[in-house]
Amino acid sequence: MIRTLTYAEALNEAQVQCLEADENVYVIGLGAPDPKGIFGTTIGLREKFGSDRVFDMPISENAVTGMAIGSAITGMRPVLSHQRIDFAIAAMEQIVNQAAKWYFMFAGQSSVPIVIRMIIGRGWGQGPQHSQSLQAMFAHVPGLKVVMPATAHDAKGLLIASIEDNNPVIFIEHRWLYGLNSLVPQEKYSEPLGRCKVIREGTDITIVSLSYMTIESLRAADMLEDSGVSTEIVDIRTVSPLDWDTIFESVSKTGRLLVADTGTMSFGVSGEIIAKCVENLYGKLKSSPNRISLPDLPSPTSSSLAKTYFPRAVDIAELALSSFGRNLDKKWWKLEEGVRLDIPNTNFTGPF
Amino acid sequence: MMIDQSVRLEFKQNLYNEMLRIRTVEERIAELYSEQEMRCPVHLCIGQEAIAVGVSAALQNRDYVFSGHRAHGHYLAKGGNLKAMMAEIYGKEGGCSQGNGGSMHLIDLSVNFMGSTPIVGSTIPVAVGAAFTAKIKKQHAVSVAYFGDGATETGVFHESINFAATQNLPVIFICEDNFYSVYSSFEERQSANRDIIKLVQGHGVNSFEGDGNNVEEVFNLTLSAVNRAREGGGPSFIKLLTYRWREHCGPNYDNDIGYRTEAEFLQWQAKCPLKAYETILMSMNIMSDALYQKLFSEYLTEMNNAVQYAKSQPFPSIKNAFTDIFSAQ
Repeated sequence: MIRTLTYAEALNEAQVQCLEADENVYVIGLGAPDPKGIFGTTIGLREKFGSDRVFDMPISENAVTGMAIGSAITGMRPVLSHQRIDFAIAAMEQIVNQAAKWYFMFAGQSSVPIVIRMIIGRGWGQGPQHSQSLQAMFAHVPGLKVVMPATAHDAKGLLIASIEDNNPVIFIEHRWLYGLNSLVPQEKYSEPLGRCKVIREGTDITIVSLSYMTIESLRAADMLEDSGVSTEIVDIRTVSPLDWDTIFESVSKTGRLLVADTGTMSFGVSGEIIAKCVENLYGKLKSSPNRISLPDLPSPTSSSLAKTYFPRAVDIAELALSSFGRNLDKKWWKLEEGVRLDIPNTNFTGPF
Repeated sequence: MMIDQSVRLEFKQNLYNEMLRIRTVEERIAELYSEQEMRCPVHLCIGQEAIAVGVSAALQNRDYVFSGHRAHGHYLAKGGNLKAMMAEIYGKEGGCSQGNGGSMHLIDLSVNFMGSTPIVGSTIPVAVGAAFTAKIKKQHAVSVAYFGDGATETGVFHESINFAATQNLPVIFICEDNFYSVYSSFEERQSANRDIIKLVQGHGVNSFEGDGNNVEEVFNLTLSAVNRAREGGGPSFIKLLTYRWREHCGPNYDNDIGYRTEAEFLQWQAKCPLKAYETILMSMNIMSDALYQKLFSEYLTEMNNAVQYAKSQPFPSIKNAFTDIFSAQ
C-alpha cells in the first residue's frame, strides 16, 4: 500500500520496521523517548518496543557514541540520534577515530553497523550553534557513509538501508523537510546507499543538489522552465560514497553544472563535485560550473540577517541563468516580497 | 583436598609463567627494535606485567577486553596469538590486522580481545558498549577496559563511568597507574587534592585500589569485580599502582633525560612484579633457578619462532589495504 507521509513520519516508520525486523536494533538519543520524540521521528517507539530498546542518554555524546560502537562490533545495530548536528561534534573523536576506522584498522575482522542521525536546519533564529550543515566534515573522513535524503520516500528507504548497512552511516536530516509529504510505501523497503537519483529530467543544465536544497532546486527548475531552460536535477542522496556515474552522465548530457549545497562554500561538497566534473568532463562543459551554498560565515540569528544568508530558489535560478548569460525575470523576486523567509512554511510558528 | 592444593599451585605457577612470557617477549622486542625492521611505535609494558596477567586470570574466554597503546601484555595474557602480534609489528601479512594496524592496533577475536587503539581514553566507552551487548544478550560476560592514569583526566572516562553506572553494565575499568602520561608527571596534570577513587565513587561505581605489581592482589580484586558484574552488580573501577621501566615509546631506558630519576626507577625495579612473585614461589618450592632457566628458554624459543615467522611473511598487498574501507553487506 502506498500513501502520503511526512518526512518525519517516514523516519519514524523506518525505525519501527527495523526494530520489528531485527532484535539487535535499538534506538538511543537525547530525548528519544520524550514527549516531542525528536521532532516526531521517535514518538511512540518506547511504548511499542520498551525501554530496553528505546532509551534516553546522558549528555555525553562522545561516550555514548563509543558505547554504540562497542555494542555494534559485538552484534547490536544502534540508531543514535542527535537533535542538532552541532551536538554531534562533541562525539567527533569516537566518530572519526573509532567508527570510521575500526573496519580498516583491524583489516575487516569486525565492522561497525551504526547509524548516527544528525539534524541540520535553517532559519527561525537557530543561529551559529544550532543550524550548521557539516556534511563535508564527515564526508572528508574515509570510512564514513554520509546520507542526506530530500524526500519522505527516500528518508524511509535510506534510513532502512543505513540501519541494515554494516558500516557507520552519518544520516543527516534537514528540519525544513520534516513536514513535507511524499508517497511512501507502507512495506519495509530500502533505497540503495551510494546512488544519486535524477528527480527531474532536462537537457540544458544539471543541478546537483542535496537535502533541503533539492526542494529549492525543484522550485528553481520551474522558474528556469519559464525562462525556456530545461533543467535536470540530480538529488545526491548519499554524499559519501558519491555516485559519480549518475552525475557525470547528466553533466555530459547537459554540458552545464550548478551544485546546490546546504553547507558553507569553501572546502565543501560543491567544490568536490565541481572539481571531479572538471577533471573528468572538461571538454564537455559549455560554461564554467557554478555553486550555491552558504557564505563562509557562521549562521546569523536575526531573521533579517537570515534572509540574505540562506540561499533560495531564486538565487539558484538566477545563478543558473548566468551560465547562459541571462538574468532571471524580476517577477520571481517580486513573489518573495512580504514573505517570511526564516520559516519553511506559514504553518511553522516555532519555537524550534 | 590434595587436588585443590595442586590446582592452586598450578594456578600460581601459571601466573608466574605468563608474566615471564610477556617479559621475555617485550625484552626481545627491545633487543631487536634497533634492526629497524619493526617500523612502528612500540609501547612496552615491562614492569607492568602483573596487571595484564592478574586481570586475565580472572576472565573467561567469552569476556571482552579492550586496551590502548600499551597493549602487548593485555593481548598476550588474554590469549592473543603471539605470531600474529609479531607479524603485525613487523607490518606483515598474517599480522593480526594485516599490517593496517601495527603494535597499537592489536586484535584477536578468537579470545575476545576486541581491539586496542592508541587514543587515550578512547576505547573506554567502546568497552562499555560491549558490556551493553553482554547485558542485553544475557551473555553472562563482562567487558574490561584497560587504560592509564592519564585517561582518567579525559571527559570520555567520566562520561563512560556515568553511563555504565546508569545502565548497571558488567564492565571493569582497569586503571594502570604508572605515574606518567608520556613525560608529564601527576603534579603537572592533577591537583594534589584529587582523589580518583572518590571521584569514581561519586559516580556511584564500586572503586578499589591495589598494588599493581602484586599479581595475586590484582587477580583477587579483579575476580571479585568480575563476580559482582556477572551477578548483575554493575561496573567496578580498579586503580593499580605500577611503574613503566622503559621509555614511554620505544626500547630504551630514559631515566637520564630529566623527567624522572634513576633513583625512582631503581626503587621500582626493586619491586619487580616477577621477582617478587618468584621469591614467594621459591619459598613454596614451586619455583627454582632450574625451572626459571627452562621456562625462560622455552619462551625465548617461542618468541624467536614468532619473530622468524614475522620476518618470513610477505608484506601485505597494497590492493587489500586500499579496499578495506567498507564492509560489504
